[in-house]
Amino acid sequence: MEVLTKEKAKLERGGVDFDKGSGGLGGEGGGSPEGALPIHTGEIGLWALLATITMLFAGFTSAYVVRRASSDWQPIAVPSLLWFNTALLLSSSVTLEVARSFLKRWRLEALKGWLVVTALLGMAFIAGQLLAWRQLAAQGVYLPTSPHSSFFFVLTGVHAVHLLGGVLALCYALVQAWRFHYTPVHHDPLALCATYWHFVDGLWIYLFLMLFVW
Amino acid sequence: MAKVHEPHVAHAPQSFIRRYIFSTDHKVIGIQYYVTAMLTGVVAGILAMLVRLNLAWPAHEWPLLGKLFPVGMEFGVMKPEFYISLFTMHGTLMVFFVLSLAPVSGFGNFLIPLQIGARDMAYPFLNALSYWTVLPGVIIMLSSFFAEGGAAAAGWTSYAPLSAVQEAIPGSGMGQTLWIIGMVFFIASFTMGGLNFVTTIINLRTKGMSMRRLPLTVWALFLVAILGLLAFPALTAAAVMLLFDRHFGTSFFLPAGMYVGDKLLAHQGGTPLLWQHLFWFLGHPEVYILMLPAMGFTSDIIATFSRRPIFSYPVMVLSMVAIGGLSFVVWGHHMFLSGMSPYLGMAFTVTTLVIAIPSAVKTFNWLATLWRAKIEFTAPMLFALGIVSLFVTGGLSGIFLGSAAADIPLHDTYFVVAHFHFIMAGASLFGVFAATYYWFPKMFGRMMNSKLGKLHFWLTFVAYYSTFFPMHYLGIGGMMRRIYDPTVYQYLAPMQPVNVFITLSAFVLGAAQLLFLFNFFWSVYKGKKAEQNPWNANTLEWTAASPPPHGNWEGPLPTVHRWPYDYSVPDVSDDYIPQSVSPAEVQARKKG
Repeated sequence: MEVLTKEKAKLERGGVDFDKGSGGLGGEGGGSPEGALPIHTGEIGLWALLATITMLFAGFTSAYVVRRASSDWQPIAVPSLLWFNTALLLSSSVTLEVARSFLKRWRLEALKGWLVVTALLGMAFIAGQLLAWRQLAAQGVYLPTSPHSSFFFVLTGVHAVHLLGGVLALCYALVQAWRFHYTPVHHDPLALCATYWHFVDGLWIYLFLMLFVW
Repeated sequence: MAKVHEPHVAHAPQSFIRRYIFSTDHKVIGIQYYVTAMLTGVVAGILAMLVRLNLAWPAHEWPLLGKLFPVGMEFGVMKPEFYISLFTMHGTLMVFFVLSLAPVSGFGNFLIPLQIGARDMAYPFLNALSYWTVLPGVIIMLSSFFAEGGAAAAGWTSYAPLSAVQEAIPGSGMGQTLWIIGMVFFIASFTMGGLNFVTTIINLRTKGMSMRRLPLTVWALFLVAILGLLAFPALTAAAVMLLFDRHFGTSFFLPAGMYVGDKLLAHQGGTPLLWQHLFWFLGHPEVYILMLPAMGFTSDIIATFSRRPIFSYPVMVLSMVAIGGLSFVVWGHHMFLSGMSPYLGMAFTVTTLVIAIPSAVKTFNWLATLWRAKIEFTAPMLFALGIVSLFVTGGLSGIFLGSAAADIPLHDTYFVVAHFHFIMAGASLFGVFAATYYWFPKMFGRMMNSKLGKLHFWLTFVAYYSTFFPMHYLGIGGMMRRIYDPTVYQYLAPMQPVNVFITLSAFVLGAAQLLFLFNFFWSVYKGKKAEQNPWNANTLEWTAASPPPHGNWEGPLPTVHRWPYDYSVPDVSDDYIPQSVSPAEVQARKKG
């Protein structure tokens, strides 16, 4: 076990000089190289994707800042359900880490169980967001009611779409676990999935702060 | 396939559909992109011809065209709203679906694995998916011509409020909606492509292929991928908000007190300027997404055909990095007349003019590479030199437009049309041609006809200048960029002969492209068989067969020992040393 972990660390660091090319096996393509890569292919792709999503929300943020400065800005009240939803999403990040800790201890049954819990929490968050939309609509606050409500509906919607992508990724990681595709060394889909999940989680905190605290 | 046992070489799929249609091979996908862009380019070119036809003879009756376009040209006379959708779609298709797709997605996919020594892209499936995402985008975009009210008609920039109110003009209805959806497909595809490019170039370089040994083409495509990933999301955000303004009654871009006809719109408080900011935050880097690949191709082609190492390689890379970085902080120069604070305008003027420095550095480095070289004037080389020429011409007019004070009288005139047709459209179009003539042997295993190629160059080059250069004068004379009939203004009427001249030149330019299309399709089937390395070039793709097999190299991947520009090295018998040649082999080749 000790040896495996060390080997894994070596794999992750790569031990290959970035500037000298990846060294032979790096060039095999196909996304499933058998040899050592300096950085996991999936990891670079994922971080590039996160940069893109960050820019998407930076675009929305700048629009929000500009629009907020106009004279017709009327803030809407925080739908009370949002606090609960936020708690759900935060706890899903915790359960995901619990799941990953069981992988390290090689308890696959617990891993699967906690992954299911995480995915359910994610789905519950999305359902909760839908309910919050209903809550607002019941108060007579709709999409075109005020600029603030427009931003609320659009941003929560776009965020939910990204979270749904995370749920799909989580399902994929779960299927991989079911098929015993993980070893203590090789568990890429789960690690990548976790990075994405925490990112979307953090993104929600950011949006919540921007929409209601700022 | 091969006697060599290579455990990692995947076998090519056997069925026709998996092999040529839903292929995951980067070369097939690259060619799919290229051909798609080429056919879209034919459509976009015809649109330009119609635009020019009307500008030379405004509102003239053309009975035959009336039969072809029964709605847009009823009784053979072009309607103003049809004219607007013509140039809108010409711009949109050319910028995104031709000049982004062909050099970036087309040649990028084809060349990156071959030039860095990889068997395929990092995510072959994502790559195929990106092509099959952009194709519906093209179809949706084109189908808007058949929508009620005609195609989108708010210009390729789709400024709000014109694009944000459904009832504004006929093209603002279904046509504009299809425009937005088509763009979303394009952005999704381009993002997938960008993720693939970045990952592949960082991670799949073969042994010895350091970042400092990458061909400049790969450097350009690497930067383009990063620009695309960081710039396009701004347009995605804007497009989402535009859709909501149009269809769900929000007011992101629509101010209060807007009337359509005599109906007051319910929207209030939005800012049309916001669209301009978000659009140009993408729009300006997009210009460099078109330009940078052409710069990369030119550098490689100029080095090959002047048999000289590219002058000052690290500076070439750095100047591309500088251009890419600066492109994010200059978007305001498109908006000097949108009510910007003069201090902010000054800041944008400065950042814009600073781009002239790395651009001039690149130009002088190309000239220094050519200086006293034995230049082979092949078709790709002629087009590469054409890029340098167009880049300088367009760059000089850019200095006028980049200065806020000079831009005020020139804004939205034909001076702008002339400027961007030289630098962004022309240089990148010539880049596509140069790359096609240069890499065609690798793509199809045959040579294009070189005499036809040279004729194509001279006709295109001369017609290009005579089409777009006089537009500078029209612009200084005050002719508006999107005007339907310049003769209605007394002060523009005397310049009408110039418009006729431009139109005739444009027709020659359009006709000259038929030569290229003929040469291309004829050479695919009947061209002379190409050798492995017909240009005696150094980069890795020329060490693979023409065309390369599935997996690119039959044996093991090549190992890289040097940079790609070892041409005319003193005391070596050949005048080129490919990247895969080891120092020991060079020693053996020494004279005497």
